[in-house]
Amino acid sequence: MSKTATKIFGQVGRRGLELAGQSREVGRLARETFYWMLIAPFRGKGFKWKYVVEQMVKIGYESLPIVSLIAFFVGLIIAMQSAYQLKAFGATIYTANLTAVSIIRELGPLLTAIIITGRNGSAITAEIGTMRVSEEIDALATMGLNPVKFLVVPRVLAMMIMLPCLTVIADLVGIFGGYLISMLTLDLTSVRYVDQTISALTFKDLFSGLTKSGFFALIIAGIGCHQGLIVRGGAEGVGKATTRSVVVSIFLIIAADVLFTTLFYASF
Amino acid sequence: MAREPIIQVKNLVATYGSRTVLKGVDLEVYPGESLAILGRSGCGKSTLLRHMIGLSRPAEGEVLIKGQDINRISEDARVAIFRKIGMLFQSAALFNSMTVGDNVAFPLREHTGLEESTIQIMMKMKLDLVGLSGFDRFKPAQLSGGMKKRAGLARAIAMDPEILFCDEPSAGLDPVVAAGLDNLILRLKSAFKMTIVIVTHEMESVFTIADRIAMMHEGVIRAIGTRDELKQSEDPVIRQFFNREADDEEIDRDQYLNTITGAGG
Ligand SMILES: Nc1ncnc2c1ncn2[C@@H]1O[C@H](COP(=O)(O)OP(=O)(O)OP(=O)(O)O)[C@@H](O)[C@H]1O
Ligand SMILES: [Mg+2]
Repeated sequence: MSKTATKIFGQVGRRGLELAGQSREVGRLARETFYWMLIAPFRGKGFKWKYVVEQMVKIGYESLPIVSLIAFFVGLIIAMQSAYQLKAFGATIYTANLTAVSIIRELGPLLTAIIITGRNGSAITAEIGTMRVSEEIDALATMGLNPVKFLVVPRVLAMMIMLPCLTVIADLVGIFGGYLISMLTLDLTSVRYVDQTISALTFKDLFSGLTKSGFFALIIAGIGCHQGLIVRGGAEGVGKATTRSVVVSIFLIIAADVLFTTLFYASF
Repeated sequence: MAREPIIQVKNLVATYGSRTVLKGVDLEVYPGESLAILGRSGCGKSTLLRHMIGLSRPAEGEVLIKGQDINRISEDARVAIFRKIGMLFQSAALFNSMTVGDNVAFPLREHTGLEESTIQIMMKMKLDLVGLSGFDRFKPAQLSGGMKKRAGLARAIAMDPEILFCDEPSAGLDPVVAAGLDNLILRLKSAFKMTIVIVTHEMESVFTIADRIAMMHEGVIRAIGTRDELKQSEDPVIRQFFNREADDEEIDRDQYLNTITGAGG
């Protein structure tokens, strides 16, 4: 076998092992997180509501403006694109359907998750990574305090509460954006547009969107914390981990979306 | 000192990747004593402390605190042991997101059911002990290096631990404050009967505070004993340390050239 081929196989093998090792670590972290989130509180080991609320403010409240603004713009874009296409058939009323369905099912959950990855997933990795590098996490451990309980659980829980909430808001604002542009540019009445929107949506649309967003939250917070906890090597390590956290999260979010869409909507 | 040791390190081997830093350390610490660990920079003193408080798992060997192997016992038993241990890290390791006061109060808030007013008083007392009264509202970033060290010490003794580990407490302090810190450690030892394990380079403070001195060299404890025992030692490594001598610099010209040009080796 040629030298390059050996090299390539070696590289693939190493990457594979690395990936397997990381998945095992993530699994262990997940197990510990669920223990401290769901089991330990009922065994009298306490629960850090204060930190959960702190994180909820950071993730939910402080992200509200940017999430709303982007959702609004996307609503405008989708409505304009749909109307342009539908005009040819004289069916501009279906702009309402297209906008509502695409936002509730896909764009709301997906865009919100991606914005929050960039805004909060990266911040989680940077914060925890910096604490790792400056030995703060070790200090916590030597006090007999579990880092997962104090750092990971509040972030995961806050993310799982706030991301679906943000998604609902993004859905509403996005649909409102579509409504606004339709009122301004199309020859439709307000009542008809609203009726059309409501009739287009089913409970399943909302349910699938919010389920997805719950899983996206798990991905963002889980990967964010894991990448932060495994930081090695100073400030440079924190920077690299932050980048990796965002890239890995976004990749996993989209991959999960493919899976969910197949489960909920594939027609085979 | 015929008593049972409170800490036992048995044949501890520690590695970073393929590098072996500790090559079989044996060490016993007795209740109420103060032990100073000496050794050249980079010889593995901080690594030894990390293993003694269970932050790193040993590649081989074991660490026993009060007779229990800290790497084998249950999480609950570990927490119970570590509530009674204080650690001052070489980098102080203060929580940067909290004020100095909250740093010191943190273990009290988490481990005791005390009233907030009591906790505030205890926090101020500890800060006063290390000479930082009035700084409780400062963030760690607003302190100097030496002040961070002292705040770290205040946090380490917040819970009145039985065992206190200090990694270079007086590095980077001016002589006055460093002497004050030595006095503080002596007081902690006599008043609270604390067992103290301290890593330091300051020979002055070693002589004031240490009951016994352990000398680390090339990954093992080269010698251990009282100050007078070590002073009489014939071992060149120990003599060099105690007499503050630099390495013998017999520079071989050819080898030096090879080193700096990277040739041969
Ligand atoms: N995280 C790490 N990864 C790899 N090697 C490390 C790591 N930490 C320490 N080392 C190596 O282990 C050796 C011992 O380090 P350690 O920090 O224990 O030394 P030390 O005796 O405390 O030195 P100093 O007196 O300068 O603080 C050093 O040679 C160092 O290069
Ligand atoms: Mg050190």
